[in-house]
This record gives sequence, structure tokens and C-alpha cells, in this order.
Amino acid sequence: MDTFASQSAERESLESVVIRFAGDSGDGMQLTGTQFTQSTALMGNDLATFPDFPAEIRAPAGTTFGVSGFQIHFASRDIMTPGDAPDVLVAMNPAALKVNLPELKVGGMLLVNTGAFTAGNLKKAGYKENPLDGDELAPYRVLKLDISKLTLASVEPFELSTKEALRSKNMWTLGLVMWMFDRERGETVAWLEKKFAKKPEIAQANIAALNAGHAYGETAEFPQGIGCYTVPKADLEAGTYRNITGNEATAWGVVAGAKLAAIRPVLGSYPITPASTILHTLANLKEHGVVTFQAEDEIAAVCAAIGASYAGSLGLTSTSGPGVALKAEAIGLAVATELPLLIIDVQRGGPSTGLPTKTEQSDLLQAVYGRNGDCPLPVIAAQTPGDCFYMAIEAIRLAVKYMTPVMLLTDGALANSAEPWKIPSFSDFEPFPAQFRTDPEGFQPFLRDPETLARVWPKPGTPGTEHRIGGIEKDYDSGNISYDPDNHHKMTKVRAAKVAQIADDVPAQTVDQGDPEGDLLVVGWGSTYGAISQAVSACRAAGLKVSHAHIRYISPLPRGLGELLKSFKHVLIPEMNNGMLIKLLRAEFLVDAQGLNKIAGQPFKVSEIEAAIRSYLSNEPSE
Amino acid sequence: MTPLDPPKKLTRKDFVSDQEVRWCPGCGDYAIVAAIQRVLPKLGSTRENTVFVSGIGCSSRFPYYMNTYGFHTIHGRAPALATGVKLANPELDVWVITGDGDGLSIGGNHFLHLLRRNVNLQIILFNNRIYGLTKGQYSPTSLVGKKSPSTPLGSIDSPVTPAAFALGSGARFVSRAIDVDVKNLTAVLTRAHEFKGTGLIEVFQNCPVFNDGAFSHFTERATATETQLHLVHGEPMIFGKERDRGLRLRPGTLQIEVVTIGENGITEADILVHDETNRAQAFLLAGLEPPHFPVALGVLFAAPAPAFEEALLDQNRQAVELRGAGDIDALLRKGHTWTVGDDS
Repeated sequence: MDTFASQSAERESLESVVIRFAGDSGDGMQLTGTQFTQSTALMGNDLATFPDFPAEIRAPAGTTFGVSGFQIHFASRDIMTPGDAPDVLVAMNPAALKVNLPELKVGGMLLVNTGAFTAGNLKKAGYKENPLDGDELAPYRVLKLDISKLTLASVEPFELSTKEALRSKNMWTLGLVMWMFDRERGETVAWLEKKFAKKPEIAQANIAALNAGHAYGETAEFPQGIGCYTVPKADLEAGTYRNITGNEATAWGVVAGAKLAAIRPVLGSYPITPASTILHTLANLKEHGVVTFQAEDEIAAVCAAIGASYAGSLGLTSTSGPGVALKAEAIGLAVATELPLLIIDVQRGGPSTGLPTKTEQSDLLQAVYGRNGDCPLPVIAAQTPGDCFYMAIEAIRLAVKYMTPVMLLTDGALANSAEPWKIPSFSDFEPFPAQFRTDPEGFQPFLRDPETLARVWPKPGTPGTEHRIGGIEKDYDSGNISYDPDNHHKMTKVRAAKVAQIADDVPAQTVDQGDPEGDLLVVGWGSTYGAISQAVSACRAAGLKVSHAHIRYISPLPRGLGELLKSFKHVLIPEMNNGMLIKLLRAEFLVDAQGLNKIAGQPFKVSEIEAAIRSYLSNEPSE
Repeated sequence: MTPLDPPKKLTRKDFVSDQEVRWCPGCGDYAIVAAIQRVLPKLGSTRENTVFVSGIGCSSRFPYYMNTYGFHTIHGRAPALATGVKLANPELDVWVITGDGDGLSIGGNHFLHLLRRNVNLQIILFNNRIYGLTKGQYSPTSLVGKKSPSTPLGSIDSPVTPAAFALGSGARFVSRAIDVDVKNLTAVLTRAHEFKGTGLIEVFQNCPVFNDGAFSHFTERATATETQLHLVHGEPMIFGKERDRGLRLRPGTLQIEVVTIGENGITEADILVHDETNRAQAFLLAGLEPPHFPVALGVLFAAPAPAFEEALLDQNRQAVELRGAGDIDALLRKGHTWTVGDDS
């Protein structure tokens, strides 16, 4: 939002807007944001969202640590991130203002619910004086409304208790913001009717509040600088679109991948933030043949998955970093027995319990190395919410083809963020049906395909291929237990070779943007894709010789990556950790890469990466 | 084999693998593996449909000696892994092999949850009251005062009674046998196999190297009639060489006492009749210990309930009935969608 005209009959057209809804955990900000997102998607804008909520389920009301936020970036052009600083901040109480005001752009619009600025709430937020009275808000265009009071008035006919009535204030606010940005209310009305089908008076009260907020926008006189806007449709590639979050995409990718492999997916999982919604989503897809098992702990979850794979299904487990740590020994068993297994790690802040609801990329080395023994397995990473669908399928393809556990890394930002996603047609995917060994002739359980080095997959229930496997080292030729020194050397080497040569079966590394040589290559992986992409794009537009490569295959690293790294004078690696990919790349390619590390539980801002690129290249003598 | 060939009648030998057995000479495990290899043909089991899943420990080497499918997994986790096998293919006949350390210490959590879920499989707990494979440390079933390399002054923590733990976990089938008592071991193995749900068989197994004679106070043949009570559903709980001693509830209490028929006006009618569907009674029986009581052997408790994996997979069938078989394209287009440009 660059300029703000005063209110006029004409809506001002904006290219892009970032709105952050912020309030108490109990204020329904996530629902408000989600509904605004749905409506925005239907308006044909490109968008990206970032929900940011506390770990506490019901943090004490009014406190700064109980503030829940939902940021949406929508535009008439292609965008990839939820936006850096908001243009518009909706603050439902003093704590929300206190936490979020520092992020609001100078000159940005601030909508505050004055009804929540009571002495008690101000104290809980740590305000000695009411910020609405002082100069602190002078740099912003402030719209002060007693939303609490306006909401109560709007739902008066429904004779709800004050407490119940006040619950609709998020819908009143949504109605007003929808009016301001020219959004349709129809989908939200339909959603409310469905959600409160059993409590029609609550549904109607919320709809009344929504409409009242909208009507308020139409009729009220706003102060100078507050207006109404429109954001034209984005020029998206033709196709049918939907909104998708990373965890939904991952779950759906699992169902699709298992269908392509022609085997039944059996999920063993244990609830953990931020991965639980994968379990929830798959538990509700039983008609697709998905078996879901909520195990007693993380270890049981992965063990059940391994048992299912042994018996001829596709075992998989979804978790986050602490869960991966607990599963490590069992994952080693799957490596040793060479069974297909999908481990989905939705990374969160660590170490230990860390920041459960915040995002981080700090499980990279755990994924690649975090097991006892020489224990290699393929590690791949999704880069956008929609990419989770494709990478889940890819993980299953690799697991089944190479008889190996595969780790799929996503993170809290991908898990919960939504983006418009062009829906693919399932018939465009190449099936990769699992092959089971049924021929007893010459059978031993560790017979290998000479090309893929994958062992055979014999399934219990098949006559003639009875066999015993386990975590003890196997003889290369017979599959029986072996403590032979040379055999262990040989088996360790063949397990490593099997995983290493997967590099031949995945796309070679290319630049995502820019030339394949130049001054600076920015290398990222995972959810930093959007921020890096936009930062590089901006710098290139300013004439800087910078390129962007994004690694989706962490282990083994793709072919061509080494050459690419050596084609640039400098390599910059932004990561949401204290430097992990950088260690892999330095070790593998002896490249003097530099890190840009953000370990704040928050995604990179485009501006942060852009600033790093510029400071890097400003020291370069111009040619 | 053509469909006209009569099915080959399997014998013990068909279930013996070609692997050299690596247990210590005199180990109770030999008797157990032999009993199972003998009983499987009688149960109508087939090699291809039978899966042995074990954890870690001496007993967990078991699957290597069976010419069936087998999975030697990791310490304590066999119940979880076996649950996964049943979820993938409920038709498989699964036996879990575990020990007192594997099942009750590192794997105690999984043991509990397997039993309460009632997954349809058999679990044999080889209880020798010691860690054998790691060379003789005390285990969660070792008696207080057990001197071992890790407890040179004697262990101080109370042991767990596996059958009582199982009953408390909600197990639906709890039985006990002695390793070398082929007749009774075979009987409980058969009953556990017939049982639909998790069939627990605790075997008192002698470790001649690290804990020799741990159970000899009730397993010695000479005194067995006085120290063992063999339970039969519907029959009075009578034992003793003269078959004149029995159990009854001490009047006015929930405690069991030993009485002698013919003394103090006690007749056979006063003796408790074994009701294997009575969980409370099974608890009392699980806790009986020499020297004051005989050890209760056989089926302590058997109360069928739906098997976990069947109920779970039934939800999948119901979902298909209700919603129709899943379609990926429909899934991806569920909810709000919108079309940009010409997507005809």
C-alpha cells in the first residue's frame, strides 16, 4: 500500500496489501484470518498467509504471550511470502497492539478495538498509560472503534449473554475489513451456517455481526487517511485453484503417492505440534484405504509403520523434531532391514521442547546424520505449502523403489501457511507400483536389484519366501545373521551406495532464478523459498548479479550442485538455524559459503535477505 | 501344488529353520521353541502365514529358529511392530516373543498398550527374572535382594508381577506355564492361539547361567503337586498330592486362603470354582506366591472382546460404504476452488 486517499466513492486500486489480524487467543483471530483468506482466494488474488499463535491452548486472557496473529499478503501479482511488515494491523486488545505495533509500517493503517482498552487489559499488556491517548500512534493512520460495543448492539436481537455476544466481535471486525478491501461475505455466511448448524441462533448472531461490520464501513464517516480499496485479480496461470496448507498437501500427497505405488498407506503417529494435522487429515480419509493408528508414543508409531511395511503396506509416520529423536533407533532398524518407510518431520524450534508452535529448519543434520552407526537415508525437503504434495509423492516413490526409509522435511511455517495452489490432475502422475517378490526360486531376503541396489520385498503370507530379518548385520549373500568383518564392511558400503546413487534418479540442480554463474548465488532449502526468491528478484531488478538455487534433495545432494556453486564468486546460505546446510555443502564441495542465520522462530523477511545480498555485493568492486 | 493336491500335512520339522541355535546349553528357551515347533502343525498353522516378532534379549533370538516369517526388531518394541504387521494384514498369524527385561522394562509401555487394545496375536513372555544377554543384571521381575553385577549389594526395588500387570492393563487373556512342563505349556499355547485378541502366555523360564533355579521352589517335580495349582475353568481350585487342599475366599474378606478339605468342616463345596471370565478373581490368583500359596498356572483369565485391528479396519470399510471409494481428483477439489482463465 503506497498511498492512501481519503474516503471517496471510488475504491482505490492497490497492487498488494499485507493485513495482520491480532488479538487474544480467545478472540478467534485464526478463524477471522482463514475466512478472509478464503474470500481473498475467491477474488482471484495471489496470496500467502502466516498464522502465528501461542503454544498455550488458553493462555491467560489479555496477556502479551496469549496474543494470536494471522497475517495475509494478497496481491494482483505473483507473491510468495506472507509479507514483511503489515500495511494494516487489526489489534483487538492492548496486548495485541503492544506485540504487533513495532512491525506495522510507518504510515500503515491501525484498527483498534477501544472497547478492550480497559485499565485491566492495559495493565496486563504492560502499558502504564493508554497508548490511544499518547503520541505513540502518531506515525500511523488510526481508526479507533469500540468494536465490543458495536458488536453487542449488532447481536442484540438474539438475546445472548454478554459473554456469548462478545464472541462475535471477530466477525464484526471481519465484516468491516471485508468492506474495506472489497471482499465477498457469501462464503463466510455459508461457513457460519454450517459450523453452527446445531446452534442456529449463534450462526445468525455471527452473520448479523459480520453484516453489521460491513454496513458500518458503508455508512460511517472515517477519518482522513482511512478509505476503501480494491486489489485486482492476479494474473495467475490458467487452471483450477484452491487454498492449501502444507500439512494438508503432505497428507494428500501421501494418499496420492500410495495409490501410485498401489499399496495401502499405514500411518503410525503420535500427536505433536505442528505435525498433528497430518494425522487428523489422514484419519479422515479412510475411504481412500488409509489406515491411521494413533500409537502410545513416537517410538511405537514408527515401529508400527515399520511392521506394516514388513507386511507389505507402506508404513509412514508423521512427527516433529523431538519425535524424530525418539524414533532414531527404529529408523535405523528400517535402514538395516531395508524396508520402505516415510518419516515426515514438520520441523519446529528446538532444542528439546524449544518453540513448539514456531518454525525452524534445525532438524537438517538430525535428519541426515541423527542415528547410530553408518545409517544413510534419503532426505528431501518441500519448499512451499503446495510443494509438500509433490514431495510426499516423491518420498514414497524413492522409498518403494529403493527399499529405504525416506525423511521428508517440512516445517511449521509450511504446515500452517496457506497459498493458492493450482490443482494437478492425478492422471498426469506416472504410477510406480511396488514390486513384491513372490518367486521362491533362488530366494534370499537380501537379493539386490543390480541397478537400484534395492533388496527384494517379500511379503508374509507368500509361500516359499519365508525369511527372518532384523537389526543384526546380514550376510550379503544369504541374508542370514553375520558377524563377519569383511561382510559388515561390504554391507555398510552397499547401503551407502544405494542411497548415494539416488542422485542419478532425481533432477539435477539448476538455478531457480538468474544466470548459472555470476557474483553471488543464494542457496536455500525448505520454506525460505518464497523470501529468497522475492529478495533475489528485487536485487536482480536493481541490476545485481545474483542468482537463486533452492535445494529440494538434501541427501543425496543433486548432481550439478557442485559445479553450480563453483560458478559464483560468493555463496550465501540463508537458513532458519545456526548453520546446517552450510556444513553439508562445505563438507561436500569445499565451498567457502557464508551463512545468513535467523533463529527467531519466525520466517525470513524478504527485506532481511535483500539487505544481506546488497551488503554482500556492495563490497564488490564493479566490473 | 495344484488345487487337486491334498494340502501337505506339516510336521514339527517343517517349522525348524536351518539356523544353528545359539542359546546356552540347558537354557529353558530350548524347551519353549521345541514346544512351539511341535504345536504349530497341530494348530493348523502354515509357514507362510506365521510371523514371529521379537525384541532384543536372549529369547528374542527365537524367530531365527523358526522356518516361518520372522522379524527380530529392537529392544522393547516388538508389540508395536507386531501391531503394524496386523494392521497391514490381519490374516497373518502373529506371535510376539519377549522377555522380562524387553517386555516389562524398556518395552513396558508397549506391552501395556498391546494388551489393552486387544490386537489379535499371541505374546509369549519368557520370564527368567534376569538380563541374560547383557550378562546377568537384575531385571524388573527379579526378587528384592537380587545380587547381580549392577546390584552387588542386592536389588532394592520391588518386582512386577507380569500377570497382575497384564490384568491391570486390561488384558483379555492371561495364562502361565513352566518352560519344561510340555503338557501344560502346549495347552496354554493352544488356548492363546484359539483366543481372538491378545493372548498372553507368561513362561517361567530357567536361566542356568545367570539365575539358575529362580523358580525351582515351585517347579521341582518332587514338590510340584504342593506348589502348583493347575487352573481349569469351571472346576474347583484343588491341589496337593492327596487332592485335599483348595482355595477359598476367607469369609468377610477379599483374600484367598488355603484350606484342607475334611478339616474344620470344609467340604469340596467350599472351594472356589475357577471362573476364567472373572477379572477380580484372576487378580487374586496372579498374586499367589509360595510358600503360603501354590502358583496358579494355566489360563488365569479369558474374556473375549473384539480385536483392535478388525474394529479399526472396519472403520475403513464403513467409510467406503458411506462415502464411496476415495478418488484423488475429487479429494483435491473438495471445498472451495476457483478457476482462472480458460481451464476447459
